[in-house]
Amino acid sequence: MSNLPFDPLLLAIAIPLAVAVAIACGLPKRWSIRLAYVGFAAPALMALHAWFYFAGQTQVHGYAYLTNYSTGLDGIHGLGISLKLGLNGISLPLFVLAGLVGLAAGLYAIQSTAERLKIYLMLLLVMQAGLMGVFASVDVVFFYLFHELALIPTFIMIGIWGGRDRSYAAMKVTIYLTAGAMLSLIGLIALYVKSGAPSFDLITLRQIIAARPLGETVQNNIFALLMFGFGILVSLWPLHTWAPLGYGQAPSSAAMLHAGVLKKFGLYGLIQIALPLLPHGAAHWSHTLAALAAVGNVLIVGFITLAQRDLKQVIGYSSVMHMGYAFLGIACYSVLGAGGVVLLMVAHGLSVALLFLLATSIFHRTHTFELTEMGGLAQKTPVLAAFFVAATFASIGLPGFANFWGELTIFVALWQYSHCLTVIAISGVVISAVYGLRAAAKVFFGPPTEAFARVAAQHPPSDLNWREKVPALILLAALLFIGFWPKSLSTSLDATLHAVYAAPTSAGPTAGGPAVSGK
Amino acid sequence: MDIASLQTLAANNDWLAIMPELLLGCLALALLVLEIILPAKLHSRLPAVALLGVLALLVFQLLGFTAGFAEQESFNGLLVHSREGQVMRVFFLLAALLVGVISTISLAKQKLPHTEFYHILLVVTAAMMLLVQSNHFVMLFVALETVTIGLYILVSYFRSRPLTLEAGLKYLIMGALSSSILLFGIVLLYGVAGNPELPGHTASAMNLDSLHAFLAANRHNFLASIGIVLVLSGVAFKIAAFPFQIWVPDVYQGAPTPVTAFLAVASKGAGFLVLLVLARTFSPYAWLLAPVLTLMAGATLLFGSLGALTQHNVKRLMGLSGVSHAGFLLMGVVAAGTQSMAIGAIYFYLFAYLLASFAVFGVMALVAGPDDADQEISHYAGLAKDSPFLALVLAIGLGSLAGIPPLAGFMGKLFIFIAAFKAGLYGLLAVAIVGVVISSYYYFSWIRAAFFSSGTSSDGEATARPARTPVSFTAGLVLSLLAFGTVLLGLYQGVLGQWLNTR
Repeated sequence: MSNLPFDPLLLAIAIPLAVAVAIACGLPKRWSIRLAYVGFAAPALMALHAWFYFAGQTQVHGYAYLTNYSTGLDGIHGLGISLKLGLNGISLPLFVLAGLVGLAAGLYAIQSTAERLKIYLMLLLVMQAGLMGVFASVDVVFFYLFHELALIPTFIMIGIWGGRDRSYAAMKVTIYLTAGAMLSLIGLIALYVKSGAPSFDLITLRQIIAARPLGETVQNNIFALLMFGFGILVSLWPLHTWAPLGYGQAPSSAAMLHAGVLKKFGLYGLIQIALPLLPHGAAHWSHTLAALAAVGNVLIVGFITLAQRDLKQVIGYSSVMHMGYAFLGIACYSVLGAGGVVLLMVAHGLSVALLFLLATSIFHRTHTFELTEMGGLAQKTPVLAAFFVAATFASIGLPGFANFWGELTIFVALWQYSHCLTVIAISGVVISAVYGLRAAAKVFFGPPTEAFARVAAQHPPSDLNWREKVPALILLAALLFIGFWPKSLSTSLDATLHAVYAAPTSAGPTAGGPAVSGK
Repeated sequence: MDIASLQTLAANNDWLAIMPELLLGCLALALLVLEIILPAKLHSRLPAVALLGVLALLVFQLLGFTAGFAEQESFNGLLVHSREGQVMRVFFLLAALLVGVISTISLAKQKLPHTEFYHILLVVTAAMMLLVQSNHFVMLFVALETVTIGLYILVSYFRSRPLTLEAGLKYLIMGALSSSILLFGIVLLYGVAGNPELPGHTASAMNLDSLHAFLAANRHNFLASIGIVLVLSGVAFKIAAFPFQIWVPDVYQGAPTPVTAFLAVASKGAGFLVLLVLARTFSPYAWLLAPVLTLMAGATLLFGSLGALTQHNVKRLMGLSGVSHAGFLLMGVVAAGTQSMAIGAIYFYLFAYLLASFAVFGVMALVAGPDDADQEISHYAGLAKDSPFLALVLAIGLGSLAGIPPLAGFMGKLFIFIAAFKAGLYGLLAVAIVGVVISSYYYFSWIRAAFFSSGTSSDGEATARPARTPVSFTAGLVLSLLAFGTVLLGLYQGVLGQWLNTR
């Protein structure tokens, strides 16, 4: 139900998929590239429309653009699985994120000189379709299914276009992510069976569980499944080791899409499904989650990041570290915390995608990712340096960038939850400032190292060209726009969170306040 | 004559109820006759005759020509034409058709008579169709033996190859052993049920309905429980469930590729249908069935996945991964004890497994050289570059077997998991997750060989591998249909779901 003559959500999924199929059917290269522009632009346009016209949409159960497509399974064994699309305040920011990062990754891939470019674009388009589907799905099975649709191309892209250790990395990422996905699938099935809902669609699940909350033990067990299943997918310490390895080896556009968007699937699942439906489970596990995230993701991984000498590893580990803040926000179990996590997810997605993009652009000029072999690039490439420093500032969480609002909100929520954890989390910001600024300094400033001087003599580095600038600009502009006007996302987010988190409060902890009393 | 009047007439004639099986048998005999009377140069057309015949029967079955007999008994209760039976008739005809297509590829590489192969294939198929409809131990045993004896011949069909002969011998010994165990179990049950001192004793204990009534009256008879375990063991051999799976790798490797596919899909499907029927008959002994089947399912899942992990030969890998699929299906059988939706899940899984397995076996037959037992994963190196079509079909097939959405195999696993969860089988589910994760490793390493390795070793020399068979029009069409069906069933389950529901 939208005031457009078509369903923008379905088109955002179908157009990239259709372009991918057309390329697979053997379109010539020139036309493949032209169509790929359409395939990447369409979801972004739909996302922008949703962003700015969300408030004007008719909303049913808090969802705008709600539509239902039958898969013929509705009546079979009373399973109730159908392709139900819609956006609420929680999924809207992520839908926007997926559209923008997808466009940037797509544009960057089109200008890249990857071998077998057609297959590369095709896989990226499939991934893009999956990503749009993940955040537009109201039905839990399709939510999972689209995630896998986006995940499979990642494995293949790491395996074919990855770096030196691609084979090992592809295998490791596959096994870890399969394990995580299976655990969360069982958790979702458990939720469906135990609630006794007639269908997998989230609206029905919410209504049924609000009327008849699950028992405490059941909630604890299901939340554990979802927490660790989604946790593996989001690289919760100590199950994070696939992430730096995978991102280090993945080709840039795949890393942008995975680290930027797909990884948010797990956090999104926790905020949209697990927290509101399993308040007791969330309260029961919040201490474990908070401890793992604060000590493991923020502190330990923070120190590991400090020790990295490879630019892509630094970015990979820093993204694992920032997921720690997101987990801390979730552990708070409050509207404030969850809202902060959603803002941080969007901000982190944009900034980490920008960093991976720029890292590859740096590699094209230095021919190495080793920080010790770089230096002084800023003299030759001032624009690239400016972009990278801005992305680093965003990633650290300086005011003016979207990340600031996400982190600030999480810290405020965390202060109400635990003072001690807040101190740890804020000291993490110092760590991230150290490694972020040091990486920027090593790459761009200071005298050129011998190794770099030799490379620069052979291939004189040129500044960012327009084909690299445009995708970078899209991401940076979005970061600044949200940084200066967070309200564009937070109004609807706030409304949805209040509606969703208020429903089960009679059974669970109070929304907006401290999560757990005592203990 | 219209269908309605045919059905009225048929209601009084049991023979019409098994018309598909009879026609299949006639077709098999006609093949032999045709080979004698036709000139030698026309003999190469005979496989096409067999395949077209099976295709025609499949169409008749899909149009519902025997639907008038649904839920009726015939031959004094020897057979029950259950709705499941109708579904499985289609399953077996489809399997026979696909095995036939793969055989045309594999047999072309051997200097062996062709017609007899199709003759036995059709006879075995007919026997399988009767097997799943039997409601009487005598019928069940005779049909099962017809299947098994036919398979003894088919397994050792490439008779000049030592590995094939070894496979044939192993299958013969193991098959004979399992048949005798099954027979012993049947005899025990028959003997106990005929004991006039027990309540509810019956002289017709061979009939599954009577046996069920007897078991319901004696829920803790010691001899009966031994009989039940022995009968289950006999069936466990056929579906290759732990601890009766040990013959699988050698037999799967030695048997010709199409026969391996037939064993993996049709024989397993028949075994599971028999198991479902028997589980229903033995339901008063749920106290015994549930733990035995649960243990069997968990061990089968783990053994299959772990065993497949170290295989380099793709036929052995398919065999052992098939064992883990049997574990998933067994999980469904356990769940079917309390959840009726599990039965639908098992059918869906079987059909998804059929489509995906035959896609993979079809590619295997095309990639294999003249030595059918020698099919290594390394032979697949560079397949994506040489033949993107085969690589794509292989990836879809293996992806579906590994349970990757949005392919049919994922939906099959999802339904089984939901059923198992509803039945409260949490321990089995945990084992199943481990199985899925392990299976993603070995399926992925096969896909990796096809897509990511170039086919040359580190010093630049091409690794030795047999020449690939060019894809004929029929093979290409069948493989694309299988791949398309796998994707379609993953995205839109209504096609099969509604059809299963109306049966």
